[in-house]
Amino acid sequence: MLHIVNKSATERGALESCLAMATKGSAVLLIEDAVYAVTNGSAAAAKIQAAAADLKIYALGPDLAARGMAGRVLDGVNVVDYGGFVDLVAEHNSCQSWL
Amino acid sequence: MSDMDEMDDGSGIVKKFMFLNRKAPHGTVYALEGLEVVLITAAFDQDVSMVFTDDGVYQLLKGIDTKGIEVKDFSKTYRALEGYDIEKLYVDQKSMDARGLTEEDLIVDVTVLSVDEMANLMAEQDVVISF
Repeated sequence: MLHIVNKSATERGALESCLAMATKGSAVLLIEDAVYAVTNGSAAAAKIQAAAADLKIYALGPDLAARGMAGRVLDGVNVVDYGGFVDLVAEHNSCQSWL
Repeated sequence: MSDMDEMDDGSGIVKKFMFLNRKAPHGTVYALEGLEVVLITAAFDQDVSMVFTDDGVYQLLKGIDTKGIEVKDFSKTYRALEGYDIEKLYVDQKSMDARGLTEEDLIVDVTVLSVDEMANLMAEQDVVISF
């Protein structure tokens, strides 16, 4: 399953809910304001790195760049472009968007 | 001239305005709208403070490149605020620390305030407008 989160982890609880529900081997794609979570020094960094042991964590590159965060991405996080976003959706049987 | 004088009634009153920015840029329209309102306020010669707390501190990051998401990059506009005599820019220390940010990461010169200092600044305002 592909989980998609688009809200800032320091403003809403969507990422935390997502990480609690995502089962081993699932993919989590962070887009829009959610991408701040996968940057160095973010409050969610430790949680993301712990989650990366069981989940595949992705972040949308254009959203990172638009937020000045392209150079601050945590190790273990896969940065994808819009084509990669489409591939992820196509590769997984189902998607859950944590609005 | 008398008509002009009537239109100018009250123009001598200067109030303390705080614009409180708490949202990240791009994900919502708050940051851009807040910036536009601040620029409008500048035309009225008021005592304006711009404050960035919580995710609002992300608005001031250097190195923003919005080409990939095809929206306007308004981050350079913060550097133009000085030209509109808006020179009081404050960021919240705690919000910066929680996001791994320092003053060197920001596109403009700011004053970094503790929570207590921020609280006092807010308490002394005539008007607080939140975005």
